Amino acid sequence: MPEMNLVQAINSGLRGAMRENDDVLVLGEDVGRLGGVFRVTQGLQEEFGADRVIDTPLSESGIIGTAIGMALHGMRPVSEIQFADFIYPGFDQLVSEAAKYRYRTAGEFQVPLVVRTPYGGGIRGGQYHSQSPEALFIHTSGLKVVCPSNPYDAKGLLIEAIRDDDPVIFFEPKRVYRAVKMEVPEEPYVVPLSEAKIVRAGEQVTCVAWGAMLYEAFSAAEEVAKQGIDVEVIDLRTLWPLDVETIVSSVKKTGRLVVVHEAPQTCGFGGELVALVTERAFLYLEAPPCRVTGWDTPFPQTHEQEYLPLAHRIIPAVIETARY
Amino acid sequence: MGTPLPDKDDLLRQYRSMMRIRRFEEEAARNYAKGKIGGFLHLYIGQEAIAVGAVDALRDQDYVFQTYRDHGIALARGMPAKAAMAELFGKDTGCSRGMGGSMHFFDVERNFLGGWAIVGGHMALAAGTAFKSVYNGEDRVTICFFGEGSTNIGGFHEAMSLAGLWKLPIVFVCENNQYAMGTPLERTSALKDLSIKAKGYAMVGDRFEGHDVTLVRERLAEAVDRARTGAGPTFIEVLTYRFRGHSMSDPAKYRSRTELEQRKQLDPIQVARERLLELGVEETKLDDIDLEIDEEIEAAVKFAEESEPALREVMLGTVYAEEGDS
Ligand SMILES: Cc1ncc(C[n+]2csc(CCOP(=O)(O)OP(=O)(O)O)c2C)c(N)n1
Ligand SMILES: [Mg+2]
Repeated sequence: MPEMNLVQAINSGLRGAMRENDDVLVLGEDVGRLGGVFRVTQGLQEEFGADRVIDTPLSESGIIGTAIGMALHGMRPVSEIQFADFIYPGFDQLVSEAAKYRYRTAGEFQVPLVVRTPYGGGIRGGQYHSQSPEALFIHTSGLKVVCPSNPYDAKGLLIEAIRDDDPVIFFEPKRVYRAVKMEVPEEPYVVPLSEAKIVRAGEQVTCVAWGAMLYEAFSAAEEVAKQGIDVEVIDLRTLWPLDVETIVSSVKKTGRLVVVHEAPQTCGFGGELVALVTERAFLYLEAPPCRVTGWDTPFPQTHEQEYLPLAHRIIPAVIETARY
Repeated sequence: MGTPLPDKDDLLRQYRSMMRIRRFEEEAARNYAKGKIGGFLHLYIGQEAIAVGAVDALRDQDYVFQTYRDHGIALARGMPAKAAMAELFGKDTGCSRGMGGSMHFFDVERNFLGGWAIVGGHMALAAGTAFKSVYNGEDRVTICFFGEGSTNIGGFHEAMSLAGLWKLPIVFVCENNQYAMGTPLERTSALKDLSIKAKGYAMVGDRFEGHDVTLVRERLAEAVDRARTGAGPTFIEVLTYRFRGHSMSDPAKYRSRTELEQRKQLDPIQVARERLLELGVEETKLDDIDLEIDEEIEAAVKFAEESEPALREVMLGTVYAEEGDS
C-alpha cells in the first residue's frame, strides 16, 4: 500500500471519485493547470480534461452557486475554495441556497455538492489565511461539515461526501497537509460520515478534537500520561451530523471533558459539545467541562503560537480538569 | 495620445521612488528566504511605475486602497522603509504594529487605508470613502487599486455600480499584470479589453501601458482631476506585468521564460533610467541615488531586526473600542 500525505490522499480520493462517476467534476480558482494553491488537484486536469477540472474566474459566489445549479440535476461537483477565509463571498450561496434547497422543495431537489477548503492556522497567514469557520456551517441546518485529521480518513470521508446527497463542507487541515503520512489504499473506499473515532483509549479525561488540533490533543495526552493522567482522545472526523453517542459514552466513563478547537471560543463548536454533554451526562460529570480554543479575537498575524490551542495550552487544562 | 515629455526633476523623483520600492522588496525577499519574514509576501516588482505615477497624481489628503500587493503603494505614498520592513518582520514598530504583516499595511497619516487580503473586499469600502468626501463637501479623491483577476468577483461589480450611479469622486485602477495567481487573463475573462467594463457603469474608461511612469502620471492625473471636479468616476486598466511569482511561494512555472524576458525589456525602472540619461542626467547621479536607497533599506532591515515583536496587549486590546475611545 502506498504512503500518502493528506494532499496526496485527497488527490487520490478525487481521482477515484472522478474515475467511477462522470458526473463528478472539480471547479475552482487555479485548480486546473496549476493544480491548486496547495497542489491538491495536481494532475487531475491532465487526466480528466479542462471541462471536468475547471479553472474558474476569481468568484467564490460563482464557484459555489454554479456548483449548486450543476448539482440540482444529478451532477456531483466538488468546488474548491482556496482558503476557508475566502468562503464568505460565497457564504450566501451556501447558507441561503445549498442548505435550504431540499427543505424548501419538500425533498424534491437535492444538492449533492462538496465544497473543499483548507482551514486553520499554522502557516503564519494572519487574519485572512488562517480561520476556522466550521461553527457557522454547523449552525446552518442543511449542511454537513467534515474535518478529517489524517490521510486515510480524508480520502474515505471525501469519497463518502461526494456520494452523499447533501451539501458537505469539507475542511482540510492545511497545517498538517504534508506533515502526516500513512498507508492509504490506491483504490476508492469510504469512511462513513458522522462516526467519531477514539484514537487513544483512556479512563480519566475525555479530550475531543478534530483536524490539525487532534495531534496537539494527542501529544498532550501522551505528555500527561507521564504524570499518571489517562486521557481518551476522540477525533470527531465529521462535525455534523455529530456522533454524540461516542462522546457521551466516553464522558460517562471518564466524568471529564476537554474540547479543543482553533476557532474562537464564543459560540464555537466547543460550546455546543459542552452543552450536549451537560444535557446527556450531567450526573456523570466530575469536573466542569473545559474548552481550549483560539482567543476571541480575529486570527492574529504574529501571535499564532499563542493563539492556537497547542499542546502547551492543552496540558494544563487537562491536568486541571483531572485534578478538579 | 503620444507619450508626454517628462520633466527631468519629476522623473528623477519618480525614479528614486520606484528604485526605493524595488530595493525594499528585493531585500524583503532575501529576508523571507532567511525565514525572518513569515506568512505571505507578494512582490510588486515590475509594476512600480503604477504606484509611483498614481501617487504623483494625488494629493496627500486623498484616500488610497490597495490589495495585498501593497508595499509599492505604501512606500510611494511616503511610508518610511523602516515602518514597512518592521511590519514584515512582525514588529511593534511596523506600520500596522506587527498586527497585519505584508498584506495588511496601512498608514493613517498618509490616508492609506490598507492592503486587503480578501480579493474584492476593499472596493465597496473605497466607494464609501468617496461618498463621505462628497457628503462632507471635501474635494478628496479616492483611488482604489486591484488586479485584473479581481474584476470577476461580486465586490467589484457592486462597488462600480454604486460609484457610477452616485458619480463618486473615485478612480478605480485595475493593474492588469496578465495573471491571477497562476491563471492567465484569457482563461478567466471573456473580455480582452477590460476597460470596456467602464461603459456598463456609465463611467469613463481608459487603458494604457504601465511601464512609463510619466504616462501613468499623466493619465491618472486626468482621472483624478475628473473625480476632484465632480465629473465622476473613472475605471482604468493599466497593462503591466509582475516579474516575480504571485507570491514568494510561487515559482511561476505557468509562464515561459521568453515571455518573462520580453516583459523585462519594459522594466519601468530601466525605462526611466534610460530616459534620464537621454535627458542629460549623469549616470553617477543615478548611481548615487541607488546607493542612498541601499543605505536606507539596509537601515530599515537593521531597525526591523532590532525592534520589539508585536505586543500581546495590542492583539488582545484592539478588538473593540475601549471605553473613552471615540
Ligand atoms: C475572495 C478571495 N478569493 C481568492 C483569493 C486568493 N487569491 C489571492 S490573490 C489571487 C489572484 C488575484 O489576481 P489579480 O486580481 O489579478 O491580482 P494580482 O495578484 O495579479 O495583483 C487569488 C485567487 C483571495 N485572496 N480572496
Ligand atoms: Mg493579476
